[in-house]
Amino acid sequence: MATTAPRESISPEPSRRRFLKRVTGLGAAVAAGAARPGAGAAQSPAAVEKPAPDDPTKELGGPVRPYGERSRFEKAVRQQFPTKTNEASWTFTPLHESRGIITPSALHFERHHAGVPDIDPSKHRLMIHGMVNRPMILTMDEIHRFPSVSHIYFIECSGNSSREWAEPTAKGVQGTHGLTSCSEWTGVPLALLLKEAGVQQGATWIVAEGADAAVMTRSLPMKKAMDDMLVAYSQNGEAIRPEQGYPLRLVIPGWEGNSQVKWLRRIKVVDKPYMTREETSKYTDLMPDGTARQFTFEMEAKSVITYPSGGQKLPGPGFYEVTGLAWSGRGKIRSVEVSTDGGKSWKPAQLQEPVLRFAHVRFRFPWKWDGQEAILQSRATDETGYVQPRLADLVKIRGVNSNYHLNAIQSWKVAAGGEVSNVHA
Amino acid sequence: MSTPRTLSVAGIIVVMALVTVPCALAQSPTYGVGRVPTQEEFKAWDIAIGPDGRELPPGSGTARAGKAIYDAKCAVCHGPTGNEGPQDVLVGGKGTLNTPTPLKTVGSYWPYATTLWDFTNRAMPFNAPGSLTPDEVYQVTAYVLYLNGIVAENDVIDARTLPQVKMPNRNAFVPDPRPDVGRGAKPASAKPGKK
Repeated sequence: MATTAPRESISPEPSRRRFLKRVTGLGAAVAAGAARPGAGAAQSPAAVEKPAPDDPTKELGGPVRPYGERSRFEKAVRQQFPTKTNEASWTFTPLHESRGIITPSALHFERHHAGVPDIDPSKHRLMIHGMVNRPMILTMDEIHRFPSVSHIYFIECSGNSSREWAEPTAKGVQGTHGLTSCSEWTGVPLALLLKEAGVQQGATWIVAEGADAAVMTRSLPMKKAMDDMLVAYSQNGEAIRPEQGYPLRLVIPGWEGNSQVKWLRRIKVVDKPYMTREETSKYTDLMPDGTARQFTFEMEAKSVITYPSGGQKLPGPGFYEVTGLAWSGRGKIRSVEVSTDGGKSWKPAQLQEPVLRFAHVRFRFPWKWDGQEAILQSRATDETGYVQPRLADLVKIRGVNSNYHLNAIQSWKVAAGGEVSNVHA
Repeated sequence: MSTPRTLSVAGIIVVMALVTVPCALAQSPTYGVGRVPTQEEFKAWDIAIGPDGRELPPGSGTARAGKAIYDAKCAVCHGPTGNEGPQDVLVGGKGTLNTPTPLKTVGSYWPYATTLWDFTNRAMPFNAPGSLTPDEVYQVTAYVLYLNGIVAENDVIDARTLPQVKMPNRNAFVPDPRPDVGRGAKPASAKPGKK
């Protein structure tokens, strides 16, 4: 089978170099350790700090502390794409280190258009106005008084995998698929707030606006707003992280990340889309004939194997648990299949229960590697019957310049030596 | 109906808002929280400009006047003539969208001129967002349209004329036809085509 090798890897080097420059007094050994691409291997912290005791039962442990941190031995970090600025930029979630379905808030991918705003929640307001009978302005304290709900939803940037259309580009799953994350979100259903405001006849869209320096704005259909949009203030049991929209954001189950406006300050109820920059010049999908698809909100069913994945190395033949994530913007994942022969044959993977609508689903597949070259793939089917397509089939319709919404089957090649790499197969 | 809650800011303004928006209740009807925004708040926040330009503020500008602002505040990121970058290229790309190397610029891709005003007003310049006056936004909008050959150097761009500007790529946007691939795909008739 024909495979092509990655053209270049997405390296975390630039941001880490900058970071290391800021941190003085770190030795060369630390720099070497910290700059190693996120391969998932444990890195010795010995050069950084006092080593851990050989026998922790023979030494008094650390004291209690008001806000916890992960073990100093854990090194999974977000990886920045080498953009021209650090404010209009994005970082990828280290999916190769993920377990289960929840993304730790600190590792949730980022996409900002003009930096992360520093917002005092006591000064933050949400205004709801336009075609409503009762325009409202709400403080955060007031928003907390409304009846609340919690849901586990994925958020995927529609640019996830966008470098992979023409050829395999990123080295590992962090670069190919790291613009999706999954959290428990808590907040107030937008429909409840809109009913309080009294939506007028003829109102068919809302305009949602953020309080960042880009004042990021999207037009969104009223139907979805009344269906399941969430005005969220909590993520995984605590206030939403600043990078994710603190103190308030829209969460729109299954829709492209950009539509889920962070730092939400305003909802204007209107009768047509406002054709903002983010829904015209960006986040539109250019087709080979020069037309562009607009308001392509739903993230179609997608899956990826997170282990083994690009950049990792299998130590030798034997048993491996192939595992990964699947999700669909149209609801629930019905099944995931795994192929170890580049798509010639497929076998069902086990899905971790509960399988939730609009959430990451963890799948697992026992595999005995015989030491020969193998191409690993996963393929998701959602509750609508939609089957995750092959890349070639997507490209046939959309060409290679539509940028957004690439949900094709991902291929990882396991070489005879155990090295895993990103290929188009 | 319950009476307005006294909030931190100015109760007087709330009362004024109630007078000027007589149909609006002070608080949400079911849960009794929140208040009516003040006229000042409406005015300060209602900045989104739709294609009909209804929310555009007073003011005007020409490309001739916009050049100085562009040179001073925009060229560093978008290039001396809008073609150079390093950030988004604003000019050129006409006729490239259906080629292997499409160049999406204001002139070749953006369907509405109001979007250029809206985005410039809310988010530009990158290092000083929201710092341009309405006249300056009209001027620099006119200049970028002029660089793309869409308006003339002395055309006056204002709340009336901006929504009438015809962008070259206005009719190339199509609704979402997905699912378009594989099992579950819509029939071929639902596939995209030029409107």
